[in-house]
Amino acid sequence: MSPFTRLARSLGSARWLSPLLLLAVLEAGSRSGLIPERTLAAPSQVLATLWAMTVSGELTDNLAVSFLRIIAGLAIGVTTGIVLALVAGLSRQGEVAVDPLMQIKRTIPTLALTPLFIVWFGIGETPKIALIAFASIFPVYLNLYGGIRGIDVRLLEGARSLGLSRAAQVWHVILPGALPALLVGLRYSLSVSVLVLVVAEQINATAGLGYLINNARDFMRTDIILVCLMVYAVLGLAADGLVRAVESRALVWRPSIVSQ
Amino acid sequence: MNLLREPAPRKDPAVDARLNHFTSPAAPAVTSEPVVSLRDFTRRFGDNTIISGLNLQIAAGEFVILLGRSGSGKTTLLRTLAGLDPVEGQDVTIPGSRAVVFQDARLLPWKKVWRNVALGLKRGNARQLAEEALQEVGLGHRLEAWPLTLSGGEAQRVALARALVREPQLLLLDEPFAALDALTRLRMHELVLSLWRRHRPAVLMVTHDVDEAIALADRIVLLDGGKIVAQERITASRGPERATVAAPLRKRLLDALGGLVEERPAGEIVALHAGARP
Repeated sequence: MSPFTRLARSLGSARWLSPLLLLAVLEAGSRSGLIPERTLAAPSQVLATLWAMTVSGELTDNLAVSFLRIIAGLAIGVTTGIVLALVAGLSRQGEVAVDPLMQIKRTIPTLALTPLFIVWFGIGETPKIALIAFASIFPVYLNLYGGIRGIDVRLLEGARSLGLSRAAQVWHVILPGALPALLVGLRYSLSVSVLVLVVAEQINATAGLGYLINNARDFMRTDIILVCLMVYAVLGLAADGLVRAVESRALVWRPSIVSQ
Repeated sequence: MNLLREPAPRKDPAVDARLNHFTSPAAPAVTSEPVVSLRDFTRRFGDNTIISGLNLQIAAGEFVILLGRSGSGKTTLLRTLAGLDPVEGQDVTIPGSRAVVFQDARLLPWKKVWRNVALGLKRGNARQLAEEALQEVGLGHRLEAWPLTLSGGEAQRVALARALVREPQLLLLDEPFAALDALTRLRMHELVLSLWRRHRPAVLMVTHDVDEAIALADRIVLLDGGKIVAQERITASRGPERATVAAPLRKRLLDALGGLVEERPAGEIVALHAGARP
């Protein structure tokens, strides 16, 4: 086998190749003038802008603002979701009281509430955080509630036969058993929160990633828009990686992880 | 009725007096205060009567095996004795300290083996007690293992350790070895007997395996259609002596069960079991 065919074969199975080719085509298109800058900035220019914005602190400052909004919204939303799921999952009366409300909430698209939230909370930080919180309740609620209800009754019975109190059953059996479901819900909530952030920050924001994008649109700075899109993607990846890291620590007992 | 507890003098081997065969469903009298006592016990699910008018007493330290076909009410009875089902308005006495070993070990997969054994122990030296119990069942080297990495036999041994670490007055075993291979099952018989001799709980074990019943029991209680249809007390000591009484006993039990239990060469399991004992 010649070096050339070996190279061709390894390139044939390289998943990074096609994205790189796309970038190369874009770059060539921009340099040759086929793609005007106001349509799409050249990849090299996007990188340069990213560097410049990072050095000047423009990107990091706005990212920090967005990040705080996500953290605050998620903290409220996830906590509310967990509490509601525990109430509905652990008691019959709780289920009757909470679950219908949550199902009604599920049918309302969160973003459709934006006008109402602006009327209620104005155009400051509150409606943005409230939207993120509101959107991130449901994934956590639904998954944790399902996880609690899906606990293997034989395990519960086994614990009961050893004389464990109800509180001890909840602590030793129900909560650890529902943890995997909670983490799945958390993962959904994280990605939903980034999605809502994008929209929420277009409400008359003076800082944040959405503000950067809006501003860039007004000045037709496609390079800045692309930088912000990249940051959104990285945020999503980071959120997923965070939950994965938590999972691999919290769920070490799972056979797929145990056998590694 | 004291005769039931004492070995009768040996007579004609054709009428083996070491077996006191009584088909009356009446509860046998026990000399000491029984740890378990059910009088005229009935259990219904809707219109379905699972158990009706059942009388059962188990003496302290007695090894009772409940034998019956599927749907005979064995598991329902065991769940009642385990305190898992409500018994309002019934004359049921069960001891405060009980432990159950189920057919599936029911270990919590998110707790390491020793934490499963120590589950619910209030005393401060729970770890040490769990370690000792696991050493007793020969798993002192798997304290830190995750339950899902255990073999079926190991998981059942952990379940046994978890039951015995509580020093129960009543140990309930619900077909604990049904899912194990034949050789592992024989080893588990040895283990259960040695643990029972050391800790002396009253044992009620549910099985549908006649040979297992003969190998282990002081008394075999035959359940059919929610009623006790026959009881056999075996006073022959476990091991070679018991092998000699196994064949006629086996035949009688199978006859009483209506021959619905799978027929195997007589005494096969018993002989193996006897051979495995020193």
